[in-house]
Amino acid sequence: MKAKTPSKLEKILASGNMAVTSECGPPRGSDPEGIIRKAEMIKNHVDAINITDNQTSMTRLCSLAACIRLKLMGLEPVLQMVTRDRNRIAIQSDILGAASFDIHNMLCLSGDHQNFGDCAQGQNVHDIDSMQLIQTVRYMRDEGKFLGGDAIQRPPQMFVGAAANPFADPYEIRVPRLAKKVAAGAEFIQTQCIYNLDKFEDWLSKARDRGLTEQVYILAGLTPMKSAGMARYMKNRVPGMDVPEAIVKRLADTPKEKQAEEGIKICIESIQRLKEAKGLAGFHIMAIEWEEMVPEIVEQGGLYPRPNVD
Amino acid sequence: MIVADKKPIEEIIDYVKDYQSILVLGCNECVTVCEVGGKKEVGLLASALRMHFLQQGGEVNIGERTLERQCDHEYLEEIRDNIDHYEAVVSIACGVGVQFTAEKYQTKPVYPGVNTLFMGANEARGVWSERCQGCGQCILAISGGICPVSRCAKRILNGPCGGSTAGKCEISKDIPCGWQLIIDRLKALGRMDDYEKINPIKNWSTERAGGPRKVIREDLKL
Repeated sequence: MKAKTPSKLEKILASGNMAVTSECGPPRGSDPEGIIRKAEMIKNHVDAINITDNQTSMTRLCSLAACIRLKLMGLEPVLQMVTRDRNRIAIQSDILGAASFDIHNMLCLSGDHQNFGDCAQGQNVHDIDSMQLIQTVRYMRDEGKFLGGDAIQRPPQMFVGAAANPFADPYEIRVPRLAKKVAAGAEFIQTQCIYNLDKFEDWLSKARDRGLTEQVYILAGLTPMKSAGMARYMKNRVPGMDVPEAIVKRLADTPKEKQAEEGIKICIESIQRLKEAKGLAGFHIMAIEWEEMVPEIVEQGGLYPRPNVD
Repeated sequence: MIVADKKPIEEIIDYVKDYQSILVLGCNECVTVCEVGGKKEVGLLASALRMHFLQQGGEVNIGERTLERQCDHEYLEEIRDNIDHYEAVVSIACGVGVQFTAEKYQTKPVYPGVNTLFMGANEARGVWSERCQGCGQCILAISGGICPVSRCAKRILNGPCGGSTAGKCEISKDIPCGWQLIIDRLKALGRMDDYEKINPIKNWSTERAGGPRKVIREDLKL
């Protein structure tokens, strides 16, 4: 696949290197220090940094402003955008806003339902869905037009991503759903956190059988566990998450003060195993409020140093 | 049908506490079927209000009436002669009935006695659930007869989202995932190929977003 945008992430993937991305959650306040500090911790170990968009529907500093902050630091942001909070006017407007700062990566999502967050009584918008958001960005980029048909002066040059959850139900449509996102125009995929490696490998091999790994770069999502409690919570309380009992047991059997270390070890082992999976294009490491561990995970996973494509 | 649910009696009392004569007005249609606003419920609400005012030591005249429909002029006209015997009306029809009554009797305060919820079906005795949001441009033909607008919490036209777990929606284990239902149905119909068709961006101008809606049928107008 040849790079079609100025995105550094796309260039790295197109060059055949495994990409490494990570993510930072913006603060629940207006102090940008947190984003700067998190980005500083990981900037030499990842190719691009996702900024989450009011994840779990908790109101936070906006993804776009945090992405601009990264851009001003000379880093490569991935703008996450959910369809929950914006109609098609706001979506197109925010895409242009991002493009005006030469933000070149976007991840198209529907977003958690608002009842998980601090505004459970609010409306959700969902004027368009995540599949249609992919189509919208691609249309704006490739046709240089607004949804309304008018020409865009200096169209956005976005490398367009989508999420995939190989573990949500029903399993049988997980690969067809990926195919749908690819058909809609997704160019890279960042998956849900993977703990059930067997199931992920099965999903990936089915995607490969359909030729999808030739059409889209798939980045395996990984989140290190901090404790057995976190593993249990993810297993039982987070929708669409598949945490095998063996992982919970391994952490629970580890003395409390060593559980975090064990969680990192599991994450590194996952990278080492999945690096060999045919059709995988990279990793997306989501160390939630634990960004300081990303460099060690990347190094121990054998993904360091990062390639230089510029 | 239009499905409604009871309002707390305290809320209704708070609306009408200062009146000396009140008409409780029911409707014989949807709200009768969902057992919240028919003749029986008019009697129950009127009794509850009488008891309340008696306990307060007041003498309040509570009238009872149930119309065939509150969403039609001709039936609403039936109370024209005696509505002036009352200072206020508590309508336990749906929101349409409450408003149509208020429009017809401009100087009479009309209070809602139920919460109007949705267009739904009677799933089982005492259980009603939503089936339609009246988007004005029915897409049931492409989704196997199950509506993603009303059955998916995010009204996603290309679902399911990543939160679908064991056939349930991410917001509650008691809510079936609408897209699981669509997929089950497409499978039963042997139409799974349809799943991979991308449903285009919807025109919401025929829905609430387009402003108050109206149907004018020239062929029926007098």
